[in-house]
Amino acid sequence: MFVKQVPDSAAKITVENGVVNWGDAPLVINPWDEYAVEAALLLAEKHGGEVTAYSLGDENAKEALKHALAMGCQQAVLISDPALANADTAAVARALAAAAQKDGADLALFGKQAIDWDSGVTPSMTARVLGWPALSLVAAVPALDPAGKTIKVERAIEEGRQVVESRLPAALSIVKDYAEPRYPSFMGIRKAAQAQIPSWTLADLGISAPANTVETLEISAPPAREVSNEIITGDSPADIAAKLVDKIIGEGVL
Amino acid sequence: MSKFFVFIDQFKGQALPASWEVVTAARQLADQAGGSVSALVFGPEAEALAQTAIHYGADEALACADATLSDYRPEAYTSLLAQLAKEHSPQAVLFPTTTRGRELAGMLAIDLESGVLPDVTAINLQDGKLVATRPIYAGKLLAKVVCNATPQLLTLRARAFGKPAADSSRSGSVSSVAAALAEGDIASKVVDYAAGDGRVSLGDAGVIISGGRGVATNPNLTPPAEITDAKEKEIWLAHQGFALLTELAEVLGAAVGASRAAVDAGYVPYAHQVGQTGKVVSPDLYIAAGISGAIQHLAGMRTSKVIVAINKDADAPIFKVARFGVVGDLYELLPALTQAFKERLNK
Ligand SMILES: Cc1cc2nc3c(=O)[nH]c(=O)nc-3n(C[C@H](O)[C@H](O)[C@H](O)COP(=O)(O)OP(=O)(O)OC[C@H]3O[C@@H](n4cnc5c(N)ncnc54)[C@H](O)[C@@H]3O)c2cc1C
Repeated sequence: MFVKQVPDSAAKITVENGVVNWGDAPLVINPWDEYAVEAALLLAEKHGGEVTAYSLGDENAKEALKHALAMGCQQAVLISDPALANADTAAVARALAAAAQKDGADLALFGKQAIDWDSGVTPSMTARVLGWPALSLVAAVPALDPAGKTIKVERAIEEGRQVVESRLPAALSIVKDYAEPRYPSFMGIRKAAQAQIPSWTLADLGISAPANTVETLEISAPPAREVSNEIITGDSPADIAAKLVDKIIGEGVL
Repeated sequence: MSKFFVFIDQFKGQALPASWEVVTAARQLADQAGGSVSALVFGPEAEALAQTAIHYGADEALACADATLSDYRPEAYTSLLAQLAKEHSPQAVLFPTTTRGRELAGMLAIDLESGVLPDVTAINLQDGKLVATRPIYAGKLLAKVVCNATPQLLTLRARAFGKPAADSSRSGSVSSVAAALAEGDIASKVVDYAAGDGRVSLGDAGVIISGGRGVATNPNLTPPAEITDAKEKEIWLAHQGFALLTELAEVLGAAVGASRAAVDAGYVPYAHQVGQTGKVVSPDLYIAAGISGAIQHLAGMRTSKVIVAINKDADAPIFKVARFGVVGDLYELLPALTQAFKERLNK
């Protein structure tokens, strides 16, 4: 399963000379990925197997891996290579796919998206590199047969609930409905603190630097939005409501 | 001449309205670049939807109603997209930013050795390349990005590119194309489906009425005696509160949203959640009732055109982003508001 280290969602994010800055706000495991860790642990508890957490990034990303270890993952691996410094999502997907392949995984689990760049494409891209079916927005796994190489998932799609059967190996993106992520246990935190997390380079993965096609030209603060606040008051709820309706209709949005 | 492909996202024969926005945006790009727009429509009603795409501005459509594409399955859809892209060499393939759109754009990027620019809110054509603007860090920053491979793959955020207008007198050719994969080559199969409550469709909604933890706080309501559990009492109260929101939503043809606190407390399903870890929405009118306005909630709705906040607490942060605010009790104000809208809109 794959995790990413991101700035806390409450962080005040600014940009200076194209460099993103989150002040002294902590980096945390991407909140979506916690659901994926939980799902991976529950599946391994029920069906057997081991859970390895991978993260691509610099040394900082080890914190996300330690969080995953503290929750109960058996192993953690950092994928880190200077050639991946400006990796776009396709390049990231190629590196993650190589890691899943190297370890002979049957299932790759992802969070729905990362709250930093909000791309939401890494799970399906990695699946495609691997040639595995992409099962996204998974809210439950009602059946899994590792020996028979089949899986049945329930997807929480916009239009409702959909049940999909598929071959294994497969790549899943997990949504919140799956289960509340467990808190790391005291023992888990101690174990994670002591864990030696190996770093894999592209050479370890047996691939050359994947091509980058997406280029970031500029990062900027959005133009300040002038909101003129107006508090509506009146003698009674009916009076306030009538004034508010006039105002809303006056904005021409209905 | 540059060709712009537009993927029409549909579910059970119904196109998602965001698809037509993408056709409209592609039309404008094609007009600037001196190019053409081809709509790609797969699945049930493909030919009818292809005609509609032409009415919205496509020059032609490639349609495939093959049974293997009836249910959306990413491998089957991607393989056909890749095949058509190889045959027609479009400059760009544009998708709506829906789950399916993002997924397909990503997979297609792998097949075509390109990259994807997701959730784009503005596009400039520079030296024949699409330079895209996309919000990152939950809209706290904007990134200008470009894809240096062809085709460029973009997903466009709903409601960011203006309202589409159909012209039923427009005509164009619809070619039917064959599927790329046979059933046996597709690893997954949809075996069951249960529709949601239909009141969600937040992404497309022009008006959204959202409720937060405040909807469960009415001190003047008493849950029926048979409900003894404290949690169930709270949920009962919340349902009475959300019923007031729903009545207003019905009058305005609006979708119902919620804060994460309301979702986590079990008042409404997750599909209603607006915010950083829910849906990012951008309606013309967003009414927030009993929502404090935490940063993660604002991240999902701050680009709404007009925000109205109803909250008992005059210091609630939601008032900072609200065009109009009412400091007061939502239980009193919402029914009055529903009544006032009914009168003004003659409903
Ligand atoms: C990683 C992460 C991701 C998150 N993602 C999201 C997300 O996607 N979406 C989201 O919404 N939140 C998200 N949150 C949670 C967020 O931080 C807040 O906890 C949440 O938004 C609070 O919801 P609320 O405003 O409904 O509840 P509260 O903060 O409890 O506010 C309730 C409000 O109701 C008012 N009120 C009470 N009674 C009445 C009444 N009768 N009439 C009028 N007003 C009344 C109160 O004054 C108060 O302001 C996330 C948090 C984290 C850490």
